[in-house]
Amino acid sequence: MDSHHSYSQVKGVSTGTTILAVKFNGGVIIGSDSRASMGESYVSSKTINKLIQVHDRIFCCIAGSLADAQAVTKMAKFQLSFHSIQMESPPLVKAAASIMRELCYNNKEELQAGFITAGWDRKKGPQIYVVSLGGMLLSQPYTIGGSGSTYIYGYVDAKFKPDMSLEEATQFSTNALALAMGRDNVSGGVVHLVVITEAEVKHVVVPGNKLPKFHDE
Amino acid sequence: TVPVNGSEEGKIKAPKPMKTGTTIAGVVYKDGVVLGADTRATSEEVVADKMCAKIHYIAPNIYCCGAGTAADTEKTTDMLSSNLTIFSMNSGRNPRVVMAVNILQDMLFRYRGMIGAHLILGGVDCTGSHLYTVGPYGSMDKVPYLAMGSGKLPAMGILEDRFKGNMDLEEAKALVSDAIHAGIMSDLASGNNIDLCVITKEGVDYIRPHRESIYNYKRQAKYKYKPGTTPVLNKTVNQLELVHETVQMMETAGSS
Repeated sequence: MDSHHSYSQVKGVSTGTTILAVKFNGGVIIGSDSRASMGESYVSSKTINKLIQVHDRIFCCIAGSLADAQAVTKMAKFQLSFHSIQMESPPLVKAAASIMRELCYNNKEELQAGFITAGWDRKKGPQIYVVSLGGMLLSQPYTIGGSGSTYIYGYVDAKFKPDMSLEEATQFSTNALALAMGRDNVSGGVVHLVVITEAEVKHVVVPGNKLPKFHDE
Repeated sequence: TVPVNGSEEGKIKAPKPMKTGTTIAGVVYKDGVVLGADTRATSEEVVADKMCAKIHYIAPNIYCCGAGTAADTEKTTDMLSSNLTIFSMNSGRNPRVVMAVNILQDMLFRYRGMIGAHLILGGVDCTGSHLYTVGPYGSMDKVPYLAMGSGKLPAMGILEDRFKGNMDLEEAKALVSDAIHAGIMSDLASGNNIDLCVITKEGVDYIRPHRESIYNYKRQAKYKYKPGTTPVLNKTVNQLELVHETVQMMETAGSS
């Protein structure tokens, strides 16, 4: 049954992916592609959701093994919800990121998944945290992840400006994802963007044919 | 391999577990969900079961197609069904498809891929018609149509070509049936008949078989031997003698 020869070290369905998060004036935008692959040659889903909501204003982008990532985010969602009830107030983004980090670090032998946790809270406003494979936790103004991210390091480093407007940040994210999806074979499908601000959470989908086109396409 | 008589010759190979090298498919249509499966179960190159049932009952409104190791899919779906029944009784609520998916996901993730169950779950509950896939490592995805198993590539080809949202019943049945048929034709480990299961708000129509294989073999003669075919050469009767009889009373709770 498993005839798909795999160079990927992830067993089962992988989200060989491109994910990103960027802070703008008043909120964060997180984005991802929508492809799930098994091995390098079979796309097992064109419409997978990699932006998982763990609380009202906190989202996680997932990369790596789909099974591991879904299990970790489920656990984190539960723990975060419990924490929020005990504290009788919405959780901090840092708290969500810490929960993910604990799970990733303590189970680093068994898990193969990385995350970008981003959201908005009352204390520090919009924030982005990276929780990588081994359980490192880092806060950044913008970040990219997944296999497709290697192709856009130059682009994001050159084009990022602090305090962008919503439109600029949306354009920045869409361009970055489109460029990565154009070069990475295990990233593709549609672009999912979620805009998180104090007031609301907005989900934008950019279908393949509406993506920005670059030279040579 | 087990050496016989301590020698290299005559090594007995342990039989490989029976796999359902299979084609299964599911499609969401206007009024519900249609699930389909072939009926061949193989043990390496031998067809172990020509009329294997791969669409398993989970709840009155939820059915599950299973591909992978036959024993794993059987047991997993059985356990899921029991859990959901207990839940129903305890909470007084009908089970939802998402709950079945969550339970499956938790269990398969815990076993880290050792349980070879690739499942397509479909059902209709108070929130609508749903189709989910759960992988052996515990990954899940919600989809409008899907095929799994060794014959999934040809089946997906048919589904990708002809799937439309909001199909009516006959269209949906024909699509699933054709997808399974493509899998049967292009994959050696899928074959024999096609089962369909239609789940709607009103109830379930389990059509087994929906389409029979045209290669059904009719036995040409009987293979039973008449009594007396084998001659009896010798007969010895050993009377067993009753040596000792004891009766032991057991305490069973609630016995009067």
